[in-house]
Amino acid sequence: MWITRDEFKDIAYKGVWKQNTSLVQILGLCPLLAVTTNLVNGVMLSLATLLVMALSNFAVSSLRHFIPYEIRIPVFILIAAALVTVVDLLMNAYLHGLYVVLGIFIPLIITNCIVLARIEAFAAKHPPVQAASDGAMMGVGMLWTLALIGALREVIGSGTLFSGIDLVIAGAQPLHLMPADYPGLLLAVLPPGAFIVLGCMIAAKNWIDARQAAANLNQPAPVGAAGSH
Amino acid sequence: MSTPAEKHAFRVSGETALTLVAFIVFFTALLAWAFLFTKPTIEQSARAEKMAILNQILPARLYDNDPLADTLTLPPEAALGITAPATVYRARLSGKPSALVVDVVAPDGYSGNIKMLAAFNAAGQVIGVRVVEHKETPGLGDYIDPRKDMNKDRPWINQFNQVPEDLSAQQWHVRKDGGDFDAYAGATVTPRAVVKAIYKAQQFVKTHRQALFAREGAAGRSSPQTETRAQ
Repeated sequence: MWITRDEFKDIAYKGVWKQNTSLVQILGLCPLLAVTTNLVNGVMLSLATLLVMALSNFAVSSLRHFIPYEIRIPVFILIAAALVTVVDLLMNAYLHGLYVVLGIFIPLIITNCIVLARIEAFAAKHPPVQAASDGAMMGVGMLWTLALIGALREVIGSGTLFSGIDLVIAGAQPLHLMPADYPGLLLAVLPPGAFIVLGCMIAAKNWIDARQAAANLNQPAPVGAAGSH
Repeated sequence: MSTPAEKHAFRVSGETALTLVAFIVFFTALLAWAFLFTKPTIEQSARAEKMAILNQILPARLYDNDPLADTLTLPPEAALGITAPATVYRARLSGKPSALVVDVVAPDGYSGNIKMLAAFNAAGQVIGVRVVEHKETPGLGDYIDPRKDMNKDRPWINQFNQVPEDLSAQQWHVRKDGGDFDAYAGATVTPRAVVKAIYKAQQFVKTHRQALFAREGAAGRSSPQTETRAQ
């Protein structure tokens, strides 16, 4: 019923790095392209998605013995859509400031195929705690990726970082990293910029993985090294 | 006559359908509960948010009533550019009319409508404007929204806070058209649309201010909540 340390490590490693939603599975590109024009938007959408994924994975996993295989898809969608709506309502009521920023992104979550993908591929076959961890860790993987893409696009595109932070934390000011007369690079803010940045990040991840694989070949990995499978 | 195999198929599909219905009923109930549970809080937040916008254009010293409760529903009005009924919020100080907040729409922005909230004093003079919704070009025409305006000390929209009372029709234009209102070079269409719309609205409010402040309680008080979505 509960989750072991090794199980959690494995789920976390897969979610954050090995099966990273944006860099490896390349899922959920629609919100990725539309939203990551700056760091704050990327982080906020990821947080909302993380919450929905953890909840929907947990719910589906808890109910998995009651869901007939033949009608699992409509039931999964029903569960995910209901939870997105509940999260939407609760945030509107209790985190209103954040909701004003995130409000437009929350309906986008249900169109994000990563939610259904994790339900079908993981939650439907694993116990609730593992499923919730998987949803949360996939969300963390999405979080750092979107944060990095958003930050790169924001700095290159408009020379600032954390713009829009005042909507989340009242009174906070964005950083201006470039000289005041920095003209900005519109390409980075437009969708093609997102594709280019994403492409570079995928290349960087593959390079790191290849280097690590080469290092592992040269000197045999010590027995039981974390994450070396 | 149906064969046993057909009977079996009917039974299975019936059971499956029932399962699906059970799930739908359960999750619809969950949604209904969440909706009813959050409704009062959401309404309160919407109210606070509306009040926050009003406070930006309506100086607190001007009123001691609750403008959100002292409302009037205005039918579509060409002078204000509104095509659907809109709510007018009325501010009063010791019972005396002091200011009005009305919806104003500029139909001729660079890309579509520019929706604004404008405050007018008891004489019908404009005292503040905020843009609530627009689709102007980011980085070019969107400085009409003070959050996007690069000049944080004196945002462009604040020009409407202190418009002289005796401004002529000609002065109610951007400088490029021979008027008194500033506009950033390269983006004249947007401020031109805003200035024109506010001017027309001011003419309307000045003409009809008696009627706009009148009818206290009659139309406004009876259904203040139904208009929260009017914008």
